[in-house]
Amino acid sequence: MGEYFSMGGYAAFVWSAYGMTVFVMLALVIATCLDIAIQKKRLDALESNGARKRAPARPSAQTASEQ
Amino acid sequence: MNPMSSPTFTQRFHAFANPARFMGLSDRLIAPCAVVTALLISAGFWFALVNSPADYQQGESVRIMYVHVPSAWLGMMGYMVMAGASIVALVLRHPLADVAAKSAAPIGAAFCFLALVTGSLWGKPMWGTWWVWDARLTSMLILLFLYFGYIALWATIEEPQRAGRAAAILALVGSINVPIVHYSVVWWNTLHQPASVFRADGPTIAPEMLLPLMLMALGFTFFFVTLLMLRMRAEILRRRVRVLQLALGEV
Repeated sequence: MGEYFSMGGYAAFVWSAYGMTVFVMLALVIATCLDIAIQKKRLDALESNGARKRAPARPSAQTASEQ
Repeated sequence: MNPMSSPTFTQRFHAFANPARFMGLSDRLIAPCAVVTALLISAGFWFALVNSPADYQQGESVRIMYVHVPSAWLGMMGYMVMAGASIVALVLRHPLADVAAKSAAPIGAAFCFLALVTGSLWGKPMWGTWWVWDARLTSMLILLFLYFGYIALWATIEEPQRAGRAAAILALVGSINVPIVHYSVVWWNTLHQPASVFRADGPTIAPEMLLPLMLMALGFTFFFVTLLMLRMRAEILRRRVRVLQLALGEV
């Protein structure tokens, strides 16, 4: 087992290359999923906010057109 | 309808008719693509790290090739996707092309970075140096800087339409570097070995080494496609947030 991990004396180079690759790929996935979660949260907040803002605006617009 | 009146909520959202379809399609595709990615990369790791021979010259350090070469390919493919999408965005004004180009950039940059780092980790024991300023390595470093410039340009201009136009032009001008990277080992004297897989006379690499290389390359490609869809979803959501903020006067 120890012989396997020593990679014929190139352990430091081989394992850091694979470690870097896994790290960068995972970081990309995590950053992207976090980004989606953040945007979804902001979108939900804005949509409920927008619904609240528009709801009371309707009656006043109607009275304006009736005048 | 009065064309002078400012667009209503629904009119603003008509611009997202296409992205809405993309959201539905990608929603169904992402999970199966992620499964295929995981299977290919797991099999690739098994063959690359366990079930493949050491090289008669390079010894076990040859295993670095199974992450280095696919990273370099994807680093270049990412740029080609970005440049291709930029042409579509400029010429056809397709709303998704812009989003695709922007979303591909960080993935391509990451793979370009990985190609440089893993190449360096192989170069130290094999060439005796972390870095040489030769044609292949230098043109690859320029590719990474082109990615950085492209990402920075998107970050500098706030309005997506204007940012997209400028970034697309930068991507197209920079695309001249992609064939330079590819042919650099032919055109100039270099330490870097020439192509051994994509050759006119067929691959010159041993089949037991070609298998892990191809599994990794396919796995990385599926990873790229899956992540591209995810990033495009994030970008579409970000633009919806922006449109709503503008409409509600919250900027």
